[in-house]
Amino acid sequence: MHQWGALVRVFAYLSLLTVGGGMAAFPELKAESVEVHQWLTFSQLVHLYSVGQLSPGPNMMMIVPIGDWAGGIVGAILVVLAFFGPTGLLTFGVGRAWNRLEAWPWRASIQKGLAPVSIGLLLAGCFSIAKGAIFGLDTAAIAVGVLLILLRYKVNPALLVLGGAAVGLLAYL
Amino acid sequence: MSNPGVESAAEAGAAAPPVAATASVLRIFVAFLVIGSTSFGGPVPYLREHLVTRRRWLDDKTFVELLSISQSLPGLNATNMAILVGDRLAGPRGALAGVIGMCLPGAIIMFVVGVLYREHGAYAWTTAALKGVAAASVGLVLATVVQLSEKSLDGRFDFVFVAVTVVAVEHFHVSVPVALIGVGAAAILWHRPRRGT
Repeated sequence: MHQWGALVRVFAYLSLLTVGGGMAAFPELKAESVEVHQWLTFSQLVHLYSVGQLSPGPNMMMIVPIGDWAGGIVGAILVVLAFFGPTGLLTFGVGRAWNRLEAWPWRASIQKGLAPVSIGLLLAGCFSIAKGAIFGLDTAAIAVGVLLILLRYKVNPALLVLGGAAVGLLAYL
Repeated sequence: MSNPGVESAAEAGAAAPPVAATASVLRIFVAFLVIGSTSFGGPVPYLREHLVTRRRWLDDKTFVELLSISQSLPGLNATNMAILVGDRLAGPRGALAGVIGMCLPGAIIMFVVGVLYREHGAYAWTTAALKGVAAASVGLVLATVVQLSEKSLDGRFDFVFVAVTVVAVEHFHVSVPVALIGVGAAAILWHRPRRGT
């Protein structure tokens, strides 16, 4: 399959952008998988990402179907290795060094400085996915409803995503 | 920013309930396999429940510290925590066992979901349900942004860094790595260590 190399390159690159959460990589994920390589459509990407929030474990496992569609089961395995390998090694190395850097004054600076940037990247990712998910009053109401409920009450977010599916179905029926 | 209370897990464990310093690779794999197959709605509460409360592999202070390292580094919290905790308990093989256990269930579930979606995703009723799911997940990310901001933004200037990042990526289509390195460097310099504080 000639897509295997591209899958590995793209997902290894994307993995390094996931500072603060998988959503931080969403704008580049869209650019690479929808626009450059055309492995899937934007609306399929939004659907997969959203359904992926219902799955347990790391919340970016929606990359598995992209790998499968573009390169079969080998593509799916390669995508997981590419997405978790480089950052895994980095975390392993930095995790060991980090304990020794406890007294290093820049350690706190790096943590404080990366916080607003990673929040900004999450927000940018959120705007990017909203373009494929918020189409009118009904969808906006679901998003705002989920936001308010989560800020107010301790609810399992997966239940609210299921609730969104129920509201979507009811609106259709 | 002195933090005299931070000691090794073993020392901290002397005061709190006993904390295991090691575990077998198999037990690490099983623990993360359980977390990986039950952590609906985000891994952090499940990680704490299993690692701190049930198995006592970590105390709370160490847990929060490892979590903050996980959040500052690229990679997802779930897998970064599996690597850090696995390495602490059993070295590189423990880290590998942890991350494989964490990823396996979700990967299999999403593989099946992907096959089903490709074959059945185009019916009107599935599209309607997916529309609701997608809208809800936008609300979910927004809530994460708000909660993280309350917890980790420090001073008015941090909001400027957030805004610059968003506008650069969203409006001017600056690529994510450029924004990350550019704004990140500025923000780290802004929070540089100062004498006497």
